[in-house]
Amino acid sequence: MSTLILADHDNKELAPATLVAVTAAAKLGGDVHVLVAGEGSQAVADAAAKIAGVAKVLHADDAAYGHALAENLAPLVEGLMGDYDYLLAPATSTGKNVLPRVAAKMDTQMISEIVAINDDGSFDRPTYAGNAISTVKSSDAKKVITVRGTAFDKADAEGGSASVEAVSGAGDSGKSSFVSAEIAESERPELTSAGIVVSGGRALQSGENFEKIIEPLADKLGAAVGASRAAVDAGYVPNDYQVGQTGKIVAPELYIAIGISGAIQHLAGMKDSKTIIAINKDEDAPIFSVADYGLVADLYKAVPELTEKL
Amino acid sequence: MKILVPVKRVIDYNVKPRVKADQSGVDLANVKMSMNPFDEIAVEEAIRLKEAGKADEIVVVSIGEQKAQETLRTGLAMGADRGILVVADAMPEPLAVAKILAKVVEEESPDLVILGKQAIDDDSNQVGQMLAALLDWPQGTFASKVEPADGKVNVTREVDGGLETLSLSTPAIITTDLRLNEPRYASLPNIMKAKKKPIDEKTPADYGVDTAARLEVLKVIEPPKREAGEIVPDVDTLVAKIKEKGFAA
Ligand SMILES: Cc1cc2nc3c(=O)[nH]c(=O)nc-3n(C[C@H](O)[C@H](O)[C@H](O)COP(=O)(O)OP(=O)(O)OC[C@H]3O[C@@H](n4cnc5c(N)ncnc54)[C@H](O)[C@@H]3O)c2cc1C
Repeated sequence: MSTLILADHDNKELAPATLVAVTAAAKLGGDVHVLVAGEGSQAVADAAAKIAGVAKVLHADDAAYGHALAENLAPLVEGLMGDYDYLLAPATSTGKNVLPRVAAKMDTQMISEIVAINDDGSFDRPTYAGNAISTVKSSDAKKVITVRGTAFDKADAEGGSASVEAVSGAGDSGKSSFVSAEIAESERPELTSAGIVVSGGRALQSGENFEKIIEPLADKLGAAVGASRAAVDAGYVPNDYQVGQTGKIVAPELYIAIGISGAIQHLAGMKDSKTIIAINKDEDAPIFSVADYGLVADLYKAVPELTEKL
Repeated sequence: MKILVPVKRVIDYNVKPRVKADQSGVDLANVKMSMNPFDEIAVEEAIRLKEAGKADEIVVVSIGEQKAQETLRTGLAMGADRGILVVADAMPEPLAVAKILAKVVEEESPDLVILGKQAIDDDSNQVGQMLAALLDWPQGTFASKVEPADGKVNVTREVDGGLETLSLSTPAIITTDLRLNEPRYASLPNIMKAKKKPIDEKTPADYGVDTAARLEVLKVIEPPKREAGEIVPDVDTLVAKIKEKGFAA
């Protein structure tokens, strides 16, 4: 038995979520191989070869793969799947974009965002914004799966010494091309892998208040900054800050929700955090039903005081 | 330009889903059902393209039980021109849905298919990408901006690090993210008018698609409940708790 993992990366660094997929693959048993498809991505292939538990790295380096266009990646991955029983990818925006396209080409019903692998070969996955956990068993010959980044530990990034083999595919489909990207550079920890997350909601009222109230607390704690959909929709912070059913799924050691009501769509993205603190002026806010420590207070007074006293 | 918009009837996003005691699924009896919110955004986008003179016909299609007709009527009331209802006893899996839609596309020859990026019931996030694969069309998923021009369409996508813009040849598949637009409410006159708009009724068999499930659902359970903790009286107590837990010195 063997598994191919589609690595997530930006041509320079391997995304940590890839390490989570490696752990899931190890749980399936058999050989674990990693496909690094990119452009000028040698450093990523080298990093993948060092992951503990990875037996081989397939490296496809071509301009066509530089921006992870699904139209170009899917035929490459499908072409390599002859030798494998499982195709895995972390449930990142790239994994979610590319894997269903590969699955359909393979006539396989993909299994999205698994959170557990059971001994009988079935998988658990959250549905209904995490309000129901479905256990499903696939009858497809080969299985295509995305893995939720918070569900398994990260494999050791060091300790492996896999061989790196160059592979190639059909290259550019001519159907799509990359135009531009707005990717924010931040000194802060990345949201999905941070140990502490401080999130703000609609109550912040402006981007300026995010900077004045949320960020100093995050800096004090060495935390990543997140947000509710309402705060993103209102333009206080960029889209990649959104935590929730349709945003990012986080499970840090500590999650601090400030001026967030706790709609089920938001809870879906953070309720597996180890410790949750909520600050809200409404004592009936649903966020308090999942909080370990709740403070009923006006955030404009309480948060600066908290930051100062820490 | 013709636009096809698939729409799914799902539990209303304001309703808290309850798992059935026999672990067979989520209880949908007597629960408010609505159009999947991402699909509303898809319908809205199609209508805006029509209003901007870039599209001339919008066809909504729904696959599911007979009652999905209501969902089609919602789309028609918002401004779509006609509907196709594909009646299936059990909700087909995403791959089968994509196969049915591929046949609808063959018959209808749209220039764009705009879908929601995921349905809020099964949270699969697959159908658009699968449909693109089956048709061998390009895909612009998780779109927050769609700009058709000269036989191409530029799609700005919400990705993990921020935003990314792609140029796609047409015909193309687009899946919507939350910030693409804010869907309108249908006005009463438009709801009345929608009752007269045509809906064609079909079955998966009409399209020759096998909808047999590939995934067996062994059980559906509630996730472990999180116990509510304590309300602390003031900031000083909160600071003490944070320090106690070792999150700050
Ligand atoms: C299809 C769909 C997908 C969605 N996906 C997501 C998602 O991924 N993530 C997400 O977050 N949401 C998502 N939502 C939106 C979700 O339903 C809620 O609308 C949203 O989470 C609300 O954000 P909020 O808590 O910031 O705002 P509100 O619900 O308006 O809450 C603001 C809170 O701030 C408190 N407050 C106000 N002023 C103060 C003050 N001075 N001091 C302290 N507290 C104060 C209020 O008491 C209130 O509880 C989705 C919705 C849909 C339909």
